[in-house]
Amino acid sequence: MRFRARVRVMPRATILDPQGQAVAHALGELGFSGVTGARVGRAVELELEAASAEAAREGALKMCERLLANPVTEDFALDAVEQA
Amino acid sequence: MKIAVVRFPGSNCDADALAAAAGAGAEAVYVWHRSTDLEGADAVVLPGGFSYGDYLRPGAIARFSPVMRAVAAHAAAGRPLLGICNGFQILCEAQLLPGALVRNGGLSFVCRPVRVRVESDTTPFTARYRPGQCLTMPVAHGAGRFVADQATLDLLEREERVVFRYVGGNPNGAMRDIAGITNQERNVVGLMPHPERASEALLGSNDGAAMFVLAAATAVA
Repeated sequence: MRFRARVRVMPRATILDPQGQAVAHALGELGFSGVTGARVGRAVELELEAASAEAAREGALKMCERLLANPVTEDFALDAVEQA
Repeated sequence: MKIAVVRFPGSNCDADALAAAAGAGAEAVYVWHRSTDLEGADAVVLPGGFSYGDYLRPGAIARFSPVMRAVAAHAAAGRPLLGICNGFQILCEAQLLPGALVRNGGLSFVCRPVRVRVESDTTPFTARYRPGQCLTMPVAHGAGRFVADQATLDLLEREERVVFRYVGGNPNGAMRDIAGITNQERNVVGLMPHPERASEALLGSNDGAAMFVLAAATAVA
């Protein structure tokens, strides 16, 4: 079966995210008031061939640990695994 | 002394590293990243550049190049391994060195000479310097901010594994002004500044030249 998995990789909260700070600042400059913070991460959509949704999910998690996220600086979340 | 300079797709300081190694009297050879052996090299250099276009994260894809298996075995055997700039990023991604290199604190790509202090002379690449000596070498990177958790930073300090520290200004926001580190066995060194671009007076500085002068005794642990 074919699946689509959506992975979200974010800089760890304890690590300064200058990109997020720049985005928050720019939004303020544009007149959007009330932006008190922003963080910039990365989204990866995977197309997978797997026996079940559970297998697809397990595979995607391993991919996050091995390559998609850096365990030193980033956290990841598997947002969705849907049948494609 | 034979020094291998590994070329990844996107390496751009490979020729400079080869010239610096040859200038130091070594037999310097290129090794393509798809190669599975290092041609009997005594020491290996992972040069600067933008391997695989820095896709995903700098060094994240290069880490899985076929040659990296031989590079890891070379390091495990206690042989000298130097990662410069992108090479340092690859070594961290490959977990041959601790920590990570992330986007510069100021977001800008920084390309200018910096001053670093040699903190340790007990690595094969810094044996010809004295601790406390200050060197001028250029940096050229967008993701050179060294980060690690507090426990790792404390361990690096305690074991005197910080090899280079920025002085007179930190170009990227690196934690504890760290510009270069070594592994526990002290045979693997990574640094963000470019010693190969400071290897001849004609280039503005030859402070980095001695990093490529390796003693034969350091070739085999």
